[in-house]
Amino acid sequence: MKKILDRNQTKQLILTAIALVGLVVLNLTLDSYKIRVVNLCLIYIILGLSMNLINGFTGLFSLGHAGFMAIGAYTVALLTIPPEMKEMNFYMKPILPALLNLNMPFIFALLMGGIMAAIFGFLIGAPVLKLTDDYLAIATLGFSEIIRVVIINMQTITNGALGLKGIPQHTNDAIAGLFGVAPKTNLLWAGVAAILTIFVMIRLMEGSYGKAFKAIREDEVAARSMGINLFRHKVMSFTIGSFMAGVGGGLLAVSLGTIDPTLFKFALTFNILLIVVLGGMGNIKGTVISAIVVTIAMEGLRFLDAAINLGFMTTPALPGLRMVVFSLILMIVIIFKKDNIFLTTYMKVRARYAKNQ
Amino acid sequence: MSIQEFMQHLVNGTSLGSLYALIAIGYTMVYGILRLINFAHGDIFMLGAYITYYGIAYTPIPWWLVFILSAVITGVFGMVLEKLAYKPLRSAPRITIMISAIGASFLLQNLGVLVFGGRPKAFPIPEVLSKTLVVGGVSVAIVSVVIPIITILLLMGLTFIIQKTKTGMAMRALSKDYEAASLMGIDINRVISFTFFIGSFLAAVGGILWGTKYPQLMPLMGVMPGLKCFIAAVIGGIGNITGAVIGGFILGLGEIMLIAFLPTLTGYRDAFSFILLIVILLVKPTGLMGEKMTEKV
Repeated sequence: MKKILDRNQTKQLILTAIALVGLVVLNLTLDSYKIRVVNLCLIYIILGLSMNLINGFTGLFSLGHAGFMAIGAYTVALLTIPPEMKEMNFYMKPILPALLNLNMPFIFALLMGGIMAAIFGFLIGAPVLKLTDDYLAIATLGFSEIIRVVIINMQTITNGALGLKGIPQHTNDAIAGLFGVAPKTNLLWAGVAAILTIFVMIRLMEGSYGKAFKAIREDEVAARSMGINLFRHKVMSFTIGSFMAGVGGGLLAVSLGTIDPTLFKFALTFNILLIVVLGGMGNIKGTVISAIVVTIAMEGLRFLDAAINLGFMTTPALPGLRMVVFSLILMIVIIFKKDNIFLTTYMKVRARYAKNQ
Repeated sequence: MSIQEFMQHLVNGTSLGSLYALIAIGYTMVYGILRLINFAHGDIFMLGAYITYYGIAYTPIPWWLVFILSAVITGVFGMVLEKLAYKPLRSAPRITIMISAIGASFLLQNLGVLVFGGRPKAFPIPEVLSKTLVVGGVSVAIVSVVIPIITILLLMGLTFIIQKTKTGMAMRALSKDYEAASLMGIDINRVISFTFFIGSFLAAVGGILWGTKYPQLMPLMGVMPGLKCFIAAVIGGIGNITGAVIGGFILGLGEIMLIAFLPTLTGYRDAFSFILLIVILLVKPTGLMGEKMTEKV
């Protein structure tokens, strides 16, 4: 008789169950600041994986993530902010009447955010993916900046530089009913989305599409002569990655409660790139771990900005020190750990085979 | 639009274009030799402007000497940056060194916020440069005339270095074929250091002149010009110095003329260069003056 689940799948299911139960427990026990940090970790897992799909697995060096996140975030915000709040937001220029009463349940709004980002990803990817390497990096970076500039200028839709405030925070009524405590944020949505993303990534990479992506990364010419349609697969990887980025952006918007165009600068893309690089290009497990570590480190280093009591003296508060320390750590890691951090899983496998021979 | 107004925009566009050209040269030279987008270049530009600010505000040195000294100091700083952040990674995959460049850029920006403070500083403009000329009904700030002249002089100097000196010849050899050049006994480290010095020197001059034209210094002031000048280098064909200059002028003039002729699009000023970049990349992927690359298997 054929087993319904093989060992690997059983393991995955058990892990998922543990993660979900863990999230519920965290949601009920932690204070709101810690919940926010956990939430950010989950969001960065999604974003890291989506960038890893494009950059790590398919080998397309794209720097346009912030743009797709912006599209997802604004879509979710516009679809969930209640009409009265929208009117308060748009005090400089009134909102387009068609958008005023547009409202959706959160889950559909999130899906729409992903879909919008995917549509833009497709439209941008189709022409740009003909470029390679640095040119692709700069073109995608350019598009992400263009998206930002357009958002600043389309005041009747996006409220321009003022941004959107009052994105509703979601309480989960079902769980509130079960335990008698109303969870404060939408941690569970992010958790479910992150787990789904991990699953999709694993399945995708095991399947034929994933193999094609990796083949393109290793050698485009060889992949093409094996009959892989380069362009189709590149656009597909880019579009799926944009979808995930849009979902991540949407979740980020809800977690923050307010968004504005300055949030989606290149620095945001850089944070995600950092997670991908530290976790290993083309490494799912590594990305998940590094998303958690980097996010917690970013929060944990916050004490550096305030005055520090050294026992014998107190240093003056130095705003900005945290980011300096963070950039320094990053530089040191990149320069001194270059060999084992940047090894892709594929290269590790190849090294293992080479040893066996 | 009257002819006077047009001339005024032309002068402004030319001076902005010269600034872009100065910064773009640094990008294109580094890329030509190391195949590296030096993301920190825009922040070196910022550094040049700040060093000048402190030199003029806190030392009794005459302003023209401060200008020269700061450009040299910034040039040396560029060399140090290369030694610390890029040299250890020279044999690593290209994406690694690019990420190191992005990291260096963020480090410089954050250091800028920490050391110089996040609040904008007013650049002390020397009195000679702050006057305006009126020629035939066109009133022009002296800076806008001085900038293109300095740019042209520096370009002549650069062309001389690259075409006539031994180091220049070594630079050309390195950008043609890195490995063959190193086999021919060229001291690669020295040439790369020199390239970074020149690039950072020119970026600092760009930063100082930028300060005299737009006298507000911020630690993040280098980000946008940095990106735009990289675009200028790509438009002109990256690795090609003439191309970078042409790209810089196209971008500077285009930006000013866009605002002049279509004032409703002023908000899209920053998007203009990116749109131009994407159009050029799609039509002629190696830029206007770039050489055709063949696919190697």
